[in-house]
Amino acid sequence: MSLPAHDDDAEPPLSPADPWNALRAHTPARIALGRSGASLPTRELLAFGVAHAQARDAVHAALDVTALRAGLAGFGLPILEVRSAAPNRAAYLARPDWGRRLDPASAAVPSASVTPPAVLFVIADGLSAVAAQRHAVPLLAATLPLLEGLAVGPLVMATQARVALADAVAIRLGARLVVSLIGERPGLSAPDSLGAYVTCAPQPGTTDAERNCLSNIRPEGLGYAEAAQQLVALIRAALAAGRSGVALSMQAAPAPSAIER
Amino acid sequence: MYRARIGIRSHVFASLSELLAKASPFRSGDALAGVAAVSAEARMAARIALADLPLRAFLDTALIPYEQDDVTRLIVDDHDTAAFAPVASLTVGAFRDWLLSPRATTEALAALAPGITPEMAAAVSKLMRNQDLVVAARKIRVVTAFRSTIGLPGRLAIRLQPNHPADDPRGILASTLDGLLYGAGDACIGINPATDDPAKLRVLWEMLDQLIDRHGIPTQSCVLAHVTRQIEAIEHGVPVDLVFQSVGGTEALNRSFGVTLALLREARDAGLSLQRGTVGHNVMYFETGQGAALSANAHHGLDQQTCEARAYAVCRAFAPLLVNSVVGFIGPEYLYDGKQIIRAGLEDHFCGKLLGLPMGVDVCYTNHAEADQDDMDSLLTLLGAAGVNFVMGVPGADDVMLGYQSTSFHDGLALRETLGLRHAPEFEDWLLAHQLLDADGRLRDARSLPALPFDAAIAALRR
Repeated sequence: MSLPAHDDDAEPPLSPADPWNALRAHTPARIALGRSGASLPTRELLAFGVAHAQARDAVHAALDVTALRAGLAGFGLPILEVRSAAPNRAAYLARPDWGRRLDPASAAVPSASVTPPAVLFVIADGLSAVAAQRHAVPLLAATLPLLEGLAVGPLVMATQARVALADAVAIRLGARLVVSLIGERPGLSAPDSLGAYVTCAPQPGTTDAERNCLSNIRPEGLGYAEAAQQLVALIRAALAAGRSGVALSMQAAPAPSAIER
Repeated sequence: MYRARIGIRSHVFASLSELLAKASPFRSGDALAGVAAVSAEARMAARIALADLPLRAFLDTALIPYEQDDVTRLIVDDHDTAAFAPVASLTVGAFRDWLLSPRATTEALAALAPGITPEMAAAVSKLMRNQDLVVAARKIRVVTAFRSTIGLPGRLAIRLQPNHPADDPRGILASTLDGLLYGAGDACIGINPATDDPAKLRVLWEMLDQLIDRHGIPTQSCVLAHVTRQIEAIEHGVPVDLVFQSVGGTEALNRSFGVTLALLREARDAGLSLQRGTVGHNVMYFETGQGAALSANAHHGLDQQTCEARAYAVCRAFAPLLVNSVVGFIGPEYLYDGKQIIRAGLEDHFCGKLLGLPMGVDVCYTNHAEADQDDMDSLLTLLGAAGVNFVMGVPGADDVMLGYQSTSFHDGLALRETLGLRHAPEFEDWLLAHQLLDADGRLRDARSLPALPFDAAIAALRR
């Protein structure tokens, strides 16, 4: 048996890519997809479906705190665990205000005996636990050695957490500056982007205008080494200025508006 | 004080704001704000009380005091009593009946628009089912023009949205050509820039201007930077077609966007001064969305749909070409799932049209909302039936800059086929001239064409 070498009667493929397919080199956008009638070809329908499925799974994944604790143990810092007042994922998504408040039970967890640190890291699930799970440990491994001379506080794992939950933890521990390493809202192209929000002198009611943000931290986006350099520069500048956010004139953008977080 | 009795229970509503909020179909943002009805029966009681309320009540009672809020002042000062006369004696419930009756013709609704306030529109929408919102909106025509004419019966326009995460001009051009070859772009070609850098923005404006000019495309460009950037650009001789701004329904929300009514007037005057329109001079493009006011803590205790309707009072003061409710962008804390997004999209379209605006809807969702493409298909089809002026066209429905899903070029084609909707007339002529459409108005297979209209541009990008 052999495949027919050439069959003049063979129908052309039902939905080939478009003649301008080469333009795809210029953009990650989904262009030149071809069409089946007016609609998407099946291969593109399925490709989109996979991307959305991964994003949805990332939104609903739970942070594996046992595995994360094991990864963080190597840094030789105390590890704390807190959770927000949102009891579950559905409540977390509907009530960002609950995600910013400490659960009354975990509000007692941070120990008063801890020496007030200069810098505190809160590793939070946010909208993508997958991102925190994958990228927090390698980012910290690149970042902590650059913070020589600064008192770094316990590593805090936070679940059902929004960015501002880190403020509550920092206030409790007396930290001068807090970095929230938090899973960003998953996009179709990246379900695992980590964000780093730097807040100096956090207070109850600190707004996003008072934070600085690094976004899209992952090997395919802002890599660990580069992210660590930028993050440490932000941390040192914020500590020196005694403030963060719009007031801190740095290259890094102030945090975008609060709508999605 | 407003009351309704259901069986043995009496329901009392202390203020007009509370009555409107509790009559609103449930959505997560109203629960977040603490203004939603606490039970399904309480919600129906609010609707019964609202149905009995004379429309005139909204002229007597400002939801946000006149002295405190310039949007209230705009609503009150611009109200056209003569236009309101045909419905002046009606209650909110009777107004719903009137809207659905044959008396509410296309002409009658056009004449009525200046007499309707946002609160009246929001109130009646709360008594209407999705079907009512489609049936009533379908009768309303709002036609605007710049280089294309948008909103004519049996027509649908698409905003081509060719965003790129780093504003790479070649990437944006690639998506733009893709969209044009799919017959999208008659509402405008509108870029959401990632940057705020004037020099980089200028590159985008000039690229679109050259493309539109070289190929004689009957459309208009827009770079959706902050309005101050656009005014500066106009002052520096940049070829700006449409002037864009996000706006909201309270003075405090507009302040959080960094705009005032005076700044918007200045922006419109700057846009008009360039005289770049050919078939019309509607130079403004506005975007709005339920939940924005609460997210900026600027909602004054109002429900999010009433706040949204008030944003349309701001829009209509500036004779826009396009008004776009970006309905599902804000996230599940305001519109939790597909059901809430669909409802909100139909409400916004109806209320905007009733107030005389050229409404489009960004049929969209984020990945943390309980929604998917099926929900968007439903909303898009409903809006097509309701006569929406325009929707978005994003490559493959995936906006790689803003990180959300909107409608695709394909979705636009599918809606045209399903409902027999044609392009804006000038754009249709252009597509026909380039043989992109066949005699039936259907997009031709690009591989069957002797030459694509952008062969040179595509070849340049290939190099």
